[in-house]
Amino acid sequence: MVDLAQKFDVLVIGGGNAALCAAISARRSGASVLVLEGAPKFYRGGNTRHTRNMRCAHDAATEILTGPYTEQEFWDDLLRVTGGQTDEELARHMIRESKDILGWVVEQGVRWQPSLGGTLSLGRTNSFFLGGGRAMLNALYLTAEQIGIAIAYDAEVTDLRIEDGMFLSATLKQPIGGATEIRAATLVAAAGGFEANIEWLKQYWGEAADNFLIRGTPYNRGSILKTLLAKGVQEVGDPTQCHAVAIDARAPKFDGGIITRHDSVVFGIVVNKHAQRFYDEGEDIWPKRYAIWGRLVAAQPDQIAYIIFDSTVLNSFMPTLFPPIKADSIAELAGKFELDAAVLEKTVTEFNAAVRPGTFDHTILDDCRTEGLTPPKTHWARKIETPPYYAYPVRPGITFTYLGTRVNKQARMVMKDGKPSANMFAAGEIMAGNVLGKGYAAGIGMTIGSVFGRIAGREAAQNARN
Amino acid sequence: MHGTRILEEADRLMTVCNSCRYCEGLCAVFPAMEMRRSFSDGDLNYLANLCHSCGACYTDCQFSPPHEYNVNVPQNLAIARAESYAAYAWPRAFSGLFARNGLAISVIAALSVAAFIFGFAAFNDHQVLYGIHTGPGAFYRLMPHNAMALLFGAALLYAIIALTMGVRAFWRDIGEPVGGRVDAGSLFQAMRDAGELRYLDGGGVGCFNEDDHPTDRRKIYHHLTFYGFGLCFAATVVGTLYHYLLAREAPYAWWDLPVVLGTLGGIGLLIGPVGLLTEKWKRDPVLVDQARMGMDVAFIAMLFLTALTGIALLLLRDSAAMGPLLALHLGVVFALFVTMPYGKFVHGIYRYVALVRYARERQMMAHGAAAK
Repeated sequence: MVDLAQKFDVLVIGGGNAALCAAISARRSGASVLVLEGAPKFYRGGNTRHTRNMRCAHDAATEILTGPYTEQEFWDDLLRVTGGQTDEELARHMIRESKDILGWVVEQGVRWQPSLGGTLSLGRTNSFFLGGGRAMLNALYLTAEQIGIAIAYDAEVTDLRIEDGMFLSATLKQPIGGATEIRAATLVAAAGGFEANIEWLKQYWGEAADNFLIRGTPYNRGSILKTLLAKGVQEVGDPTQCHAVAIDARAPKFDGGIITRHDSVVFGIVVNKHAQRFYDEGEDIWPKRYAIWGRLVAAQPDQIAYIIFDSTVLNSFMPTLFPPIKADSIAELAGKFELDAAVLEKTVTEFNAAVRPGTFDHTILDDCRTEGLTPPKTHWARKIETPPYYAYPVRPGITFTYLGTRVNKQARMVMKDGKPSANMFAAGEIMAGNVLGKGYAAGIGMTIGSVFGRIAGREAAQNARN
Repeated sequence: MHGTRILEEADRLMTVCNSCRYCEGLCAVFPAMEMRRSFSDGDLNYLANLCHSCGACYTDCQFSPPHEYNVNVPQNLAIARAESYAAYAWPRAFSGLFARNGLAISVIAALSVAAFIFGFAAFNDHQVLYGIHTGPGAFYRLMPHNAMALLFGAALLYAIIALTMGVRAFWRDIGEPVGGRVDAGSLFQAMRDAGELRYLDGGGVGCFNEDDHPTDRRKIYHHLTFYGFGLCFAATVVGTLYHYLLAREAPYAWWDLPVVLGTLGGIGLLIGPVGLLTEKWKRDPVLVDQARMGMDVAFIAMLFLTALTGIALLLLRDSAAMGPLLALHLGVVFALFVTMPYGKFVHGIYRYVALVRYARERQMMAHGAAAK
């Protein structure tokens, strides 16, 4: 074990993609580096464990990418999903740097694979980690060990000593090797958002937050973010907002991961606990609808909803972890969820009556729609009339939060007075709100993590030398 | 509903994995899984035998223990695989040999060696048994060549029949029509995949053994063992052909083909099993079927003993030790042959068959996609 009483050039708080990219980049720039991961070894890496791919710009097809994805196209996509809530200069800088990241992470041991089943729509824009996010992390950690980066697990930081925008030391909850106060010349904060902090979420969502499920790590409690903001770092991003998708209500409270997601909305109808429909299930195609149903369910009573479909579409979507609940009649199905049977029968009957004939194609905005129904189902509407009937109960699954620390192009934190911090940098979800103020595009969280992690590490190392 | 508790668990795991699919680039198991939405006993036995136990999917899995989903595919499939060996054993009455395989193989080997020693002693007088024999036909003064060929030919024939019956049962269980023609392309593809141990590499970095640092050691030791075994077998075949076609009798000179093949193979078969055993002992218990350790060790030990006694015979064949060593070597080889259908040897057969099936499925999927 490394002596933690020594003063390090770079202290990285966090243990995910951004943290490891920062640590490796700082170490390769000649700095001594300590990584403090608050989670135990198995859970190291925060939400990176649950990721799968990264969105990088590239000018030509590669072995694993089917075609070019230009900087301009990436920018257009980002502009669209954020509705303009992004820092253009910073975002364009990130997109430019992302081109280089594709090769850089491979030099750090990460391996790519072509996109396969169920993800072909991302085959041109996104590079997939062979073996998934945890495999990517394992590779980064192996590299970090090999090049002499000190890593401590179960190393929760409870406080930071910061004076006039200058980081001095970090306080550990429990001493490691006798040390509780960690000193370093520079700090890279890469400790994620606060999505696993239900109390904090309640500030904005009230008691409804008790019914939220957290898709990723239970360790993203936002304590580093909170401390930084309390000690003069400028905030960025809407604190009240988080990214949420509809996931199975039977999923565990934390860390259920990718496999609890549902995308059968398009194949049926969605009702709330009063057995009433509440939104157009056919409004948009994946991935946009993927990203809206979490908030839609969050706005319903008790934050629960039910996706209802019939036997004709049972095999039309990816197999699910939790099997759908099955019944021979709509009334029986209602009984299994304590829904009012008469109301659900009426909802389904009215829906069926409103369905107009059309040619079903779930890959485009097809012409199967309802008429005279409120809310309408504007695409992919087909009658639910072939028993047995099925339902998935769904709840909001929180992926990440948008609130973060403001940074500049060096990934250097910006203080409330607008001045750059003397020696503090941030990377990953903790500063994602700078470029992603709203919405989401697949794989962009990893881009933010790797690009700003690499920049933060390099800059911190240089800062430590001066 | 599945036939066994372990297949129930395999079904649960494949349901988890099929809704995740992050591991699809690692090996053949996950792409094969993705071709299905539900899993019969046969499907699960097919996937179990397709798994090479490299451990990558465990190390890479965000849901492996202590996560509450408790996803441990390598260990579950290892147990399912071993249970499938017993389930497909022919005749059924002998499937119990898999239960305490280490003991069973040891007893059979000991009895076999004892029978050869006893037989040599009973059929030869003392001077012949401990005499020094050199030149062509030296071995056959202790046991006539025809008797040797007949006995070992019969043992091998029995092993082939029993293995064939097992493969038939497996092939039928995994949903392939028995008697149907398998295309040469699939057979060849599977031969390449097996020959290279294509899927014993953690998706490219190597296997996971004692920790999360991947290494190619198991693959290298397996190659030494497998190709060592192949060379030894080739030596036997060449020797037999020499005997019957060219009327050239063993022992052969050191430079002659059977001796060269046997020596090279023997060296592989000495180093390979020792390496495999060492790696096995170091391996993280969470990845393996610990109850079946005896089966693995027994087979590795038999291969090692085959090589060791063979090499000893080669080195000491001009001495008085030749008689007892010949009995020892023949006893070990005979035991190896007759226990082939009832020990770890079958893993290679079933895995090859699973790879053939996989090659066929891939081909059919490709054709299906093209037709669309």
